[in-house]
Amino acid sequence: MSKSYRDGLPISPKNFVDQLMRLKRGSIGRRDFLGLTGLGIATAVMAREIGIMPTPAFAAESLGDRMSIATWPNYHDPATFENFKKDTGVAVEVNVFGSNEEMLAKLQAGASGWSLFVPTNYTISTYKKLGIIEPLEMAKLPNFDGSQQDPRFTGEGTIDAVTYAVPKNWGTTGFAVNTKKLTKPMTSWKEFWDTAMAEGDSRTMVHDYQLTTIGNALKYYGYSFNSLKQDELAKAEELLLKVKPHLFAVSSDYQPGMRAGDAWMTMCWTNDGAQLHRDIPEIAYVLGKEGGEIWTDFYAIPKDAPNKPAGYALLNYLMNPQVAVKEHLANGAPSTDARVNKLLPKEVLDNPILYPAADLLTPLEFGAAATLTDPGRAELMARFKSA
Amino acid sequence: MRGNRFRHNLTTAMLLGPATAWLVVFLVLPFIAIAVFSVGERAPEGGYQAAFTFAQYANLPARAAAFWNTMVLAPIGALACLLVAYPVAYYLALRAPQRWRLILLALVVIPFWTSLLMRTYAWMYILGGRGIPALLSYIGFEDIRLINTPGAVLLGIVYGYLPLMILPIYVSLERLDRRLLEASADLGATPLSTFLGVTLKLSLPGVMTGFSLVMILLLGEYLIPTLLGGGKVFFIGNALVDLFLQSRNWPFGSAIAITLVLVSVVVLIAANRISTRVSGARRVDLI
Repeated sequence: MSKSYRDGLPISPKNFVDQLMRLKRGSIGRRDFLGLTGLGIATAVMAREIGIMPTPAFAAESLGDRMSIATWPNYHDPATFENFKKDTGVAVEVNVFGSNEEMLAKLQAGASGWSLFVPTNYTISTYKKLGIIEPLEMAKLPNFDGSQQDPRFTGEGTIDAVTYAVPKNWGTTGFAVNTKKLTKPMTSWKEFWDTAMAEGDSRTMVHDYQLTTIGNALKYYGYSFNSLKQDELAKAEELLLKVKPHLFAVSSDYQPGMRAGDAWMTMCWTNDGAQLHRDIPEIAYVLGKEGGEIWTDFYAIPKDAPNKPAGYALLNYLMNPQVAVKEHLANGAPSTDARVNKLLPKEVLDNPILYPAADLLTPLEFGAAATLTDPGRAELMARFKSA
Repeated sequence: MRGNRFRHNLTTAMLLGPATAWLVVFLVLPFIAIAVFSVGERAPEGGYQAAFTFAQYANLPARAAAFWNTMVLAPIGALACLLVAYPVAYYLALRAPQRWRLILLALVVIPFWTSLLMRTYAWMYILGGRGIPALLSYIGFEDIRLINTPGAVLLGIVYGYLPLMILPIYVSLERLDRRLLEASADLGATPLSTFLGVTLKLSLPGVMTGFSLVMILLLGEYLIPTLLGGGKVFFIGNALVDLFLQSRNWPFGSAIAITLVLVSVVVLIAANRISTRVSGARRVDLI
């Protein structure tokens, strides 16, 4: 892969330290601070200097001079926001989150201050039901071309033929393995859990996230990732409680542990898998052959967005394939947009972590809204964590 | 005379006004909100739905393990802090040369200028595979793991809360009348019995203040166990974060928060009673 591709990556050690320094400099509110537990690092506030020179192109509608976006860690090319500021004069404050529930909790509490955020597919119907998001005014998004989107990934952004969210990228949930430490080849969730209790003892991490941790435990028995059935969840709980004493950590912030060599195996999202493999080639990314999760992250605008014009302007900017392609190169997640895929270098499209073989994708399931909000699964997760 | 008293009362009221308003807005009102939430129900998509039920309180045993872990962690962490802090405070107050004292005290306080999160994150890297274990393997100790162990959590707690323990003990030792030590020695006491009978006894108010301060903060601790313990041990602080930010069961979270506040108050009163008895009917001021 080209040098510039590496340079643009937000997770390089230097960038990581820069981000931490920004977090330190920025005033961290107590609630932002709370956001930290979800992922360890979350809520880095990358405060930008405030621009004062709006460009003529946007003069018709005042965009103000700042806006705020809520998104995931290591998910954007920082240059994107610098360039957006150069073009429009709007400085973008980036709030990083560890889980969809955290985003939902903050939006539910009100006055989040975000003008754009990045929800995952299974939350959009809940946001709509709670009246937190509004239909998007597609006229303000001329760069978005629905006909170029792969419908497999975009369906949940549209409810009753009304578009509430447009896709950012898709991805999968598999596991990352340090193949120098765990040499036996693995292809399934069954092997993941069994190895965690054997060769991977005290070296394995699972997400601090009920959707994926319980979902992938259900896959051990071949049940649906989204199961809400009592007996199936009881089996998953039995497995989780058995594995718990063997784990290295229950945390969604698995990159530091994997990079330092303390952890040898972890549940892992596509983009993290791509970043880990890029920097440490012996770390492989595996999709369980029983299935597991496939997901799409969307962009949506909260109903109470303080700066909607800027939110739309940034969203439209991000939908520009020339901009989007840099985002994909930086965060390592595959695109839903055919125009972007055309621009991506061949080695990215051929990377099996980003674009897995079709037969591995077939058994994957999209997480369901009910899976996320189910109180039974939440309590199961609490029992697992306190065991 | 009358007018004078009126003016006096008015001045008092005006001086107390801002602090009272602050407490009402930022302590009393949120507490009332949490109390109201705690008798409500979780809405189907999470959050709060008005109701009047004690179901949330009846459900408290579901977090018994978290309460138990916290009740064990808080006193052990505070005790470990005390064992490290006392010699430091003793040295600072009674042994350190006068001209160094201020500098040494400043060194104790300076780390507080950086957020606890940053310092704890730094420990993650120091204890992680590329930190101390890498150095140890260089001199021949292979495969030593420090991060995500109970020891790492204890280390993080002692490190994070040490200044809060040192300062009150230092203050109580500072005020110690040196003539008492001379008197004790003149009357034939050994240094050890002077320490136990005079120094330690007179510094107990400081010890209890530091102990209570650290212990109460530890009752709500969640960051250090998450970052240095790998999230494998579940404290009541972690349960609260999960209930508010993950499963969004705000009513249950509120019930736990209220219970935690009540437990803290009981602990405080008990600590006060004990120290009053031990240090001979002397009242202990907490702050």
